[in-house]
Amino acid sequence: MATTGVMRPGHIQLRVLDLDESVAFYKDVVGLVETGRDAAGRVYFKAWDERDHNSVILRQADRAGVDLIGFKVKDKATLEQLDKDLQAYGVATERIPAGELLETGERVRFTIPTGHVMELYAEKTDVGNGQPYTNPDPWIAASEHGIAPHRFDHCLLYGPNLEENLKLFTEVLGFHLVERVLLEDGKSLLATFISCSHKAHDLAFVAHPEPGKLHHLSFLLDSWEKVLRAADIMSMNRVSIDIGPTRHGITRGSTIYAFDPSGNRFETFCGGYETYPDHAPITWTFDEVGAGIFYHDRKLNERFLTVVT
Amino acid sequence: MNTPAPKVFHQVTIVETGEVYRCREDETLLAGMERLGKRGIPVGCRGGGCGVCKVQVEAGEYSKRVMSRAYVSAEEEAGGIVLACRVKPLSDIRLAVLGKMKKNVCATPSAAAADARQS
Repeated sequence: MATTGVMRPGHIQLRVLDLDESVAFYKDVVGLVETGRDAAGRVYFKAWDERDHNSVILRQADRAGVDLIGFKVKDKATLEQLDKDLQAYGVATERIPAGELLETGERVRFTIPTGHVMELYAEKTDVGNGQPYTNPDPWIAASEHGIAPHRFDHCLLYGPNLEENLKLFTEVLGFHLVERVLLEDGKSLLATFISCSHKAHDLAFVAHPEPGKLHHLSFLLDSWEKVLRAADIMSMNRVSIDIGPTRHGITRGSTIYAFDPSGNRFETFCGGYETYPDHAPITWTFDEVGAGIFYHDRKLNERFLTVVT
Repeated sequence: MNTPAPKVFHQVTIVETGEVYRCREDETLLAGMERLGKRGIPVGCRGGGCGVCKVQVEAGEYSKRVMSRAYVSAEEEAGGIVLACRVKPLSDIRLAVLGKMKKNVCATPSAAAADARQS
């Protein structure tokens, strides 16, 4: 599909309990590239293959979790239009000036029905992936350092009001529903997987009474072998592994989940399928959700389902 | 060839279950339990962020690291209520388990709301 409107997840700001420990972790174990530090003490990273200045931002705080998630939109006209559309829909928006995040343009900030702070922006400085735009090589030294994912790919958020939330994303922000999980009543949503692109998910939500919770942020690898290598790197570094390597029924990704030093869960995955807005959504029933989540185990995993920051 | 320093162990007792295990001074109470395949304290993120392994230390000395204020207040921490993943033993330890897994996600919306009200 032609990617217009909201294009992709662009940044996530995480709260960490010990900044130095977390910087070392994201740099040397996850294998992100540090790109800057600001006056507020936040540390900025990008995955080696990303072109924009930053995608993961760490802020030291007294509790773990997610501060905000930013989506890049096609251009400034799109940003203005989406701000108008959000307000017309009844969502209060706020402008964050250019430069408040390093190398990032003006942002439109709003809170979604699940209680998460979401932002849209049109501009972030292109610093490149270490290769020229003329006659590049396929990879660079940074792509071998640590787990070294290609990009920050998506995140899964926990909060209430999934029906209302899905309406906002599909009717105002141009996302389409790719997969969903229904509760025991066969009607209410337990989970939604939505896309603003051809990816199987750019965002996912699970119903949860507490608003604004982070289940995981996810990084893309390009093969199952790289997922196994990620698992080895995690064990070598005594990283707290949650589950995997295994495969999801939902979205079909091959995956391993672990926790950062503050307990924020992250995923390194590969695969899945491509989706288009005309594809009928896939539905998982409550009695088969175990296999939907972990296709080989075929049963619900208490820690994976309930531990959030 | 260097000989590794001898490891110092302390005995940890979980009062509810009577489970007893030996925990190294250089590992957390939670890591020591998990390494031996023991149970008793719920295991979550192991990073001080999720609050699932909250315990009350009833007796014993320990060292600790920063843990999430969303789950342990400064007053609680001063009173020996800590996350087992952030605490290493300096002596034998007796602890009571306070944390639990919340099965909110597996519940219907009404049951999940009721669970949230209780917690």
